[in-house]
Amino acid sequence: MFTISSSPHIRDKESVSSIMWWVVISLLPAGITGIWFFGLKAFYIMVACILSAVISEFLLEKFVLKRKVIIFDGSAVVTGLLLAYNVSVGLPLWMAVLGSAFAIAIGKMAFGGIGRNIFNPALVGRAFLVASFPAAMTRFYMPFQKELISTATPLAIIKEGGRAVVSYRDLFLGIRGGCIGETSVLALLVGAGILLWRRYISLRIPLSYIGTVAIMTWIFGPNKFFAGDWLFHILSGGLFLGAFFMATDMVTSPISKRGQIVFGIGCGIITSVIRLWGGYPEGVSYSILMMNGLVPLIDAYITPRRLGERIGK
Amino acid sequence: MRPRDNFLKGIWSENPILALALGLCPTLAVTTSLKNAVGMGLAATFVLVFSNLLISLFRKFIPSKIRIPSYIVIIATFVTLVDLLMSAYLPALHKQLGIFVPLIVVNCIIMGRAEAFASKHGPVASIIDGFGMGIGFTLVLSVIGAVREILGAGKLWGLAVSTSFTPVLVFALPPGALLVVGLFMALKQSLGGKK
Repeated sequence: MFTISSSPHIRDKESVSSIMWWVVISLLPAGITGIWFFGLKAFYIMVACILSAVISEFLLEKFVLKRKVIIFDGSAVVTGLLLAYNVSVGLPLWMAVLGSAFAIAIGKMAFGGIGRNIFNPALVGRAFLVASFPAAMTRFYMPFQKELISTATPLAIIKEGGRAVVSYRDLFLGIRGGCIGETSVLALLVGAGILLWRRYISLRIPLSYIGTVAIMTWIFGPNKFFAGDWLFHILSGGLFLGAFFMATDMVTSPISKRGQIVFGIGCGIITSVIRLWGGYPEGVSYSILMMNGLVPLIDAYITPRRLGERIGK
Repeated sequence: MRPRDNFLKGIWSENPILALALGLCPTLAVTTSLKNAVGMGLAATFVLVFSNLLISLFRKFIPSKIRIPSYIVIIATFVTLVDLLMSAYLPALHKQLGIFVPLIVVNCIIMGRAEAFASKHGPVASIIDGFGMGIGFTLVLSVIGAVREILGAGKLWGLAVSTSFTPVLVFALPPGALLVVGLFMALKQSLGGKK
């Protein structure tokens, strides 16, 4: 029996939901260290964000858009979890719930749902929370404390002109103030290893992103050229979380290989400019959002080379 | 077109903000509070009604090549009137709205109605059109202003809504204005032809 249909004819076993659940698994190491460092409150924030994201997606699909409900594909869980990783442990739960609902409603469903959003929904939620509740979003706490003791992040200390007294080892392990899921570079690298092993992400965006930040912060040192503390810069802030888990979002990053490198370099330049000369101590989330907006342009100008096409023609 | 339909089109089907997407600059700039929104809306309505009337009366005399400058002269006359009246009788509101009162001169709703309606219709129809558009503009500004003031400042008409309300600051900022306007446009699209 012959059937006539349009391409694609060969389908992979991989599906949106299997990819999303693997992403959730790859995020677990950073989540576990987050709960270990910052206490049970971090766990409650994660649960609140995930529930809020899934329930808002359900309500919007069922009652507003009136289409098939696909909340079990795991994408809303990923958005909620990533947002929770992007907030301070001191954030009131209702703010986390609101931010997560905003991320899904405005960041994702308003653009047409999964696969159609221009901006990374979790970062849209974070940008909304930073603009709405600046005090609660920028008050960070020390890890391993019985009660909440506030502290500045290493980047914020540098921004104020001080000296951060956190060793490279502590930065790598994540023993510093910061967002729930961003502090431990080691745990993030373990998770990124899972994504690389499953081949859901390539090293193009993370390497070009982190490399650009390293080069820029090394060249433009605080006192003289070519003397910046680049290792400190790449290990602090949310760079590893952003570079491996958010800049590599399949929906909001360029399709072509060269486009992805351009995207990573762009993210790196904007992050470094914000950190070195901007008003905020950290610029990872805004840099990725800005480059998300440029992805259609990158995809229009940098197209994959066809087989046999001459270079430079 | 019946006078009733002529009036109602400005409020719903051809609403300047929600359907025509005109006059978005004042919409984004002055809707941080209900008071500002109502003040801006009424000032624009006044100018709209009288400029429509005058342009309609002079439509046979104005040469088409210099019609835009002529419209601007007429509109600017009424804007100056509003500006001076407001600074005399409502100085607080005048200070709040600031540059946006003189900028009514270049409000695209007023230019748009002059070009699209008043220059082609009689004075009575033009007054009704201007009034409908002005009221439609004021209503939408007021709703957006009320939403932004409640969410962004926890107040309405300058009075606190609740003692235990944490303001969602983004609604008091420009991105919040774009967001609220966009959501209302979407709401109107989805209600569509029901009204």
